[in-house]
Amino acid sequence: MAATHNIVLAGFGGQGILFAGKVIASAGLIEGRELSWLPSYGPEMRGGTANCSVVLSDEPVGSPLVTAPDALVVMNQPSFDKFRDTVVEGGVVVADSTLVPNTSEIPGAKLCCIPATQLAEEAGLKGLANIICVGKLFAEVGFCDRETLFAAIDKCVPPKKAAMIEKNKQALEIGMNA
Amino acid sequence: MAEERKIVYQRPHALLPVNTNYCPGCPHGIVVRTVAEVLDELGIEGTTVGVAPVGCAVMAYDFFGCDMIEAAHGRAPAVATGCKRANPDNIVFAYQGDGDLASIGMAETIHAATRGENITVIFINNAIYGMTGGQMAPTSLPNQVTQTSPYGRDVATAGYPIRVCELLSTLDGVALAQRVTVDTPKNVRAAKRAIKKAFQYQMDGVGYSIIEVVSTCPTNWGLTPQEAFSWMRENMLPYYPLGVFRDVLAEGHESVAEAAIERAKDCPIVTEGGK
Amino acid sequence: MSEKVLMKGNEALAESAIRAGCRFFFGYPITPQTELAAYMSKRMPKEGGTYLQAESEIAAINMVYGASAAGARVMTSSSSPGISLKTEGISYMIGADLPGVIINVQRGGPGLGGIQPSQSDYWQATRALGHGDGQIIVLAPSTVQEMADLAYGAFDLADTYRTPVMILADGMLGQMMEPVVLPERRDELPEKPWATTGHKGQRPHNVVNSLYLTADALEKLNVERFERYEVIKREEQRAECVMTEDADIVLVAFGASARIARSAVVHAREKGIKAGLIRPITLWPFPTDAIEATIGTAKAYLSVEMNMGQMVDDVRLVVNGRKPVEFYGRTGGVIPTPAEVLAKIEEMNAKGGE
Repeated sequence: MAATHNIVLAGFGGQGILFAGKVIASAGLIEGRELSWLPSYGPEMRGGTANCSVVLSDEPVGSPLVTAPDALVVMNQPSFDKFRDTVVEGGVVVADSTLVPNTSEIPGAKLCCIPATQLAEEAGLKGLANIICVGKLFAEVGFCDRETLFAAIDKCVPPKKAAMIEKNKQALEIGMNA
Repeated sequence: MAEERKIVYQRPHALLPVNTNYCPGCPHGIVVRTVAEVLDELGIEGTTVGVAPVGCAVMAYDFFGCDMIEAAHGRAPAVATGCKRANPDNIVFAYQGDGDLASIGMAETIHAATRGENITVIFINNAIYGMTGGQMAPTSLPNQVTQTSPYGRDVATAGYPIRVCELLSTLDGVALAQRVTVDTPKNVRAAKRAIKKAFQYQMDGVGYSIIEVVSTCPTNWGLTPQEAFSWMRENMLPYYPLGVFRDVLAEGHESVAEAAIERAKDCPIVTEGGK
Repeated sequence: MSEKVLMKGNEALAESAIRAGCRFFFGYPITPQTELAAYMSKRMPKEGGTYLQAESEIAAINMVYGASAAGARVMTSSSSPGISLKTEGISYMIGADLPGVIINVQRGGPGLGGIQPSQSDYWQATRALGHGDGQIIVLAPSTVQEMADLAYGAFDLADTYRTPVMILADGMLGQMMEPVVLPERRDELPEKPWATTGHKGQRPHNVVNSLYLTADALEKLNVERFERYEVIKREEQRAECVMTEDADIVLVAFGASARIARSAVVHAREKGIKAGLIRPITLWPFPTDAIEATIGTAKAYLSVEMNMGQMVDDVRLVVNGRKPVEFYGRTGGVIPTPAEVLAKIEEMNAKGGE
């Protein structure tokens, strides 16, 4: 029986936070797991912070709102400050250190800082720091099979943007190896 | 020898053989009959759906022989919209008074018009709320005494009346906006021509049409029917002049769509389309 | 069978409505139901249907009234403040016996309230969707799958009983994504000989109306309508029961809060507390039978809601003083946690049903 994952992803609107969450949720769908994806919505989305909760489980999901994540991805400083204390004992935090300059150790949790935004720009993958972070989270937590995650990209990138599929997969690889 | 008899006047088929609730001398009776005659002449009773308002014409669903829907106060244009969208082959008309159309239902009126809903609106403007007993209407004239403007409509506090045809004629969706009255046989015939044209426009898919009938309310005005018509001619017609305020076909356009594009010809997104 | 797809509750509901034969949608923008209208605006033209953004919530429900009178399967959606505006039209639909489906993706209130998920329109939905004697069927989905399934079935319920049907969802269910299997499309729809489609000279005119100026006539119609309500109460009550057979503490929760209550019940069982859950799927008719079935075994009831305590009234009406009934809720858009609910269960368990 695979583990239950309670994941929160947070950052600025426009960073692809919700999309990153959808990729993780789609991986759960492909593997036939119980899952939920819940975004923040409303004025929060208008240039402010965006976050979403993703739950992967083998039991029906109760509350889709994750208040005590065992995995946290943060892509800006306010999100790190807001969510750092919610992470449970033994949890994993992936922070985009390009945009989260001030990190501090989180007692009981593993903090993984990667300069995702910088890595994305260097690789010519502007705007895909979110997927680099997903790749890193996968490397740390292994919330699904490796092939599943790549298949989730195929599922999530809309047909109109099919050209982005390979770039997204490249971003995953960068994150996994970072 | 049998006397030769010819029918010269009879109840229109689209008018059911029932007693109306209208007061003696009320022009509603003339207008309802005129609409029914038009339905007969165009042969559309069987495909028409009428929408009755809240007001003196609330019982109109009992008078017209076509299918009828009774709407909430002011909502007839929205109800007519839903009905017409569901069955575009039906001829759909709303029959409304001034409080219904120009006060509580003004939003529905303006938006049905600007959408160019292919419906016909018959609008009875008698400058008063009749059914509730003579309160001030959105079309009550300045200084007009009503139950709720006992010292006369004070424009400083109650504002000015709305000239509905003039207002709606500015909207691109309107195919026909015409004001008529029914105080004389000649004017009744003119009103009938206008109403018939309005229904014909709908049948031809030209767009939204409204016929405003300047009317009277002898009961609540406290006048005899003839006195009421005199008062109407003296006071209402100068404020609400008869005439055609918009007629896209007469203006040389094929449709409201063509007229709207011409009016916005300097606006690229209108003339060239979006992405 | 269709494949499982990942969809937002709002979108799954919209797609399901289309598959149920709904071709007319009239609405007005409001958070958090926006995706539903946006989805309809994208899909309806491709289905030969109508999406119309009305000038107001009031106009939208009256367009629903007109399209329903004309015999169409028709729907509108909104969120709490918008539903208040629609209540006029819903009352007229009740009075004119018109079917139609109304979606309320609830947010916090009163007034402009908030935009976070809430269940604070329970009273409105089950007691006062407009003036006058009358009820409408109210369905409460708890998953994205149910958003789709209940919306699909709502059109049949509406046509069968000639009544408006409301889906009482909330911002959480509307916004969240879960795997969902969409229902099959259907094209054959029930005949509506009462509809105003033009008599074609072949029948007396049809009239859709809610005005009856004779008191006796109106009373007779209201009594007849309530006889129909009795049939609905008998035939259409629906609830899901989770571990209630031997439960000492029976939770009652619907929609989003039922998800949390279910987690709390599982945790309580792990701690050896015999808890169970009754999840009303129909809020009107309220599933009195499901509660009645537990009255002999339960020691106490706990209504869990995202409001200040509304459905608990209906639980108390059924229990009728025979057992203690308590309430736990969060309001204003706050979602209760399973831990909070568990604490309440433990507190009640310690009292032993006193």
